[in-house]
Amino acid sequence: MIDPVILIPSLINGLTTGALYALVALGLTLIYGVLHIINFAHGAMLMMALYGVFFLNRLFGIDPYVALLIVPPAMFAIGYALQRGIIGRASHGRDENILLVTLGLSIIIENMALYFFRSDTRTIETPYSFEVVEFAGAFVPVAKVVAFFGALVTAALLWAFMSKTDLGRAIRALAKERKGARLVGINVDHVFAMSFGIGVACLGVAACLLMPSYYVNPQVGYGFVLIAFTTVVLGGMGSFVGAMIGGLVIGVVEAMGGLFLGDSLGQFGIFAIFILILMFRPTGLLGHKV
Amino acid sequence: MINTKQLVALLVIFGLIATCPFWIVSPSTLNTVIAILYIALLGQAWNILGGYGGQFSFGHAAFFGTGAYTVAVLQIQFGINPWLGMVAGGLLAMGVALFVGFASFRYGLRGSYFALVTLAFAEVLRILSNSVGFTGGGVGILIPLERDIANMQFADNRGYFWLIWTLCLACFLTVWWLGRSRFGAWLMAVRDNEDAARALGVDVFKTKMGAVALSGFFSGLAGVFYAQFYLYLDPLIAYGSAISIESLLVPIIGGMGTLFGPLIGAAVIHTLSEVTRHNIGDVPGVALAIYGVLLIVIVMFLPRGLISIFSVAKRAFSKRRPANA
Repeated sequence: MIDPVILIPSLINGLTTGALYALVALGLTLIYGVLHIINFAHGAMLMMALYGVFFLNRLFGIDPYVALLIVPPAMFAIGYALQRGIIGRASHGRDENILLVTLGLSIIIENMALYFFRSDTRTIETPYSFEVVEFAGAFVPVAKVVAFFGALVTAALLWAFMSKTDLGRAIRALAKERKGARLVGINVDHVFAMSFGIGVACLGVAACLLMPSYYVNPQVGYGFVLIAFTTVVLGGMGSFVGAMIGGLVIGVVEAMGGLFLGDSLGQFGIFAIFILILMFRPTGLLGHKV
Repeated sequence: MINTKQLVALLVIFGLIATCPFWIVSPSTLNTVIAILYIALLGQAWNILGGYGGQFSFGHAAFFGTGAYTVAVLQIQFGINPWLGMVAGGLLAMGVALFVGFASFRYGLRGSYFALVTLAFAEVLRILSNSVGFTGGGVGILIPLERDIANMQFADNRGYFWLIWTLCLACFLTVWWLGRSRFGAWLMAVRDNEDAARALGVDVFKTKMGAVALSGFFSGLAGVFYAQFYLYLDPLIAYGSAISIESLLVPIIGGMGTLFGPLIGAAVIHTLSEVTRHNIGDVPGVALAIYGVLLIVIVMFLPRGLISIFSVAKRAFSKRRPANA
């Protein structure tokens, strides 16, 4: 039996990381639910947002939490423009094409970052970088606590947005029935782009919450993208609650895997889940259809 | 009819390529031809599953890397001759492909899901080859230099030329066969409309498994060739995303689901990467970023690939005469 003194901190660590995975996955699942495409550039866009937070801090001294006012709207604008300008246009109505275009986007973003920023790993320092709070006998960095609750609040806001506003209703209508939505006067292209923008804006929020306790390099998105996919697949494509639960589960599995198998193989648990779920329950825990 | 014409065209093209070692004097120019043939093999292997079968793999490195590591590890750890290792490499890559195919197709995973599964498998294999001992881990594996035909190491790069020429021809002939065989017809039917194909009695699962096996086999052979040509491998080369991207980019640029598309794509990609290296140098990122741009531009403006330019031209040309059909 493993000593609870080691177990509890890594459990908490897993939950806080998992909340951020959930946030990243939320954006992915929103885009999937509406557009029925997997945004392969999701990880690359997260990396872009992280660089945004990093440079805002380094060049202008803007705190990552203040950057919440800047980065998510900027990401939203980028997402909206990409969907309207490139992805929607290149698709020719075929899902495989969208897959390829988002793959192309991720290749471009990642390699341009590699070109401009080299593969250096960068971190920022904040006044609260080394602050911790004690919880159940474990010391948790403040930044991780903020990230955890920030992710939950964002998820709640997103849920409220989807169920209470007209745009949210339009998005859900489009997810269910594309033709019908068009017939009742929903501007399909606009709503598609709005959903894509909102999904990408989630990454902006995640980046702001992540940066104080994390790092950025051009490859950072790559690790996240498979985790986000696993989260979404685990929770069920298109399911919000599924993405939240999936994210937390994955976070804990990763932390436990790291504890028992060592860091390099810790990620292995994630892939094992991914492949097992795809093999035995491709609809995920809460999803309905493939 | 069209198939016989295609076969003739194929044999003429490969016959012309076969003259290269006789009139190309400079080894570096011959290396260009070798590189194009190798990339064409990589792309044609993907084309079997992606172009003819409509199953887009984002992780063909899983098969490529398995072929490459098999021949290298068998040589170094067990002293097994690379010619035998080549067969083993192809078959083991096929085994991995069948496993991935089984995991995905049994539950009818398609489209995005299949792309994800293949990507995840390649990543799993990359992590594994990084962590276990017999692959040399992250340091990589170096095949000792012993130039001898028996070792599949050629002092003169004409040897490598004949090797890749033969492998490539075998792969192209297989794809030609797809275009005229019953199996190929099933495969294309599955690609165009899976439900309709099933309704007509096509065994969708078996057909896809056949395609993934062939695709994995030839991708593995490309890996074997890579290992014997460069005599060095590490997890990122073998299982990294660059190979997966190159594999799918070649047929997409040239024309998916066509016999000659991958050859055109390979020539374009190789020329492009040489031009970039010449003008910008070996700066990390640039070459792949250009691949990304190319991928989007082709999907956006020429979704049937460069080869469709020919058919457009042909149609415009034949408009003057009444159509045959």
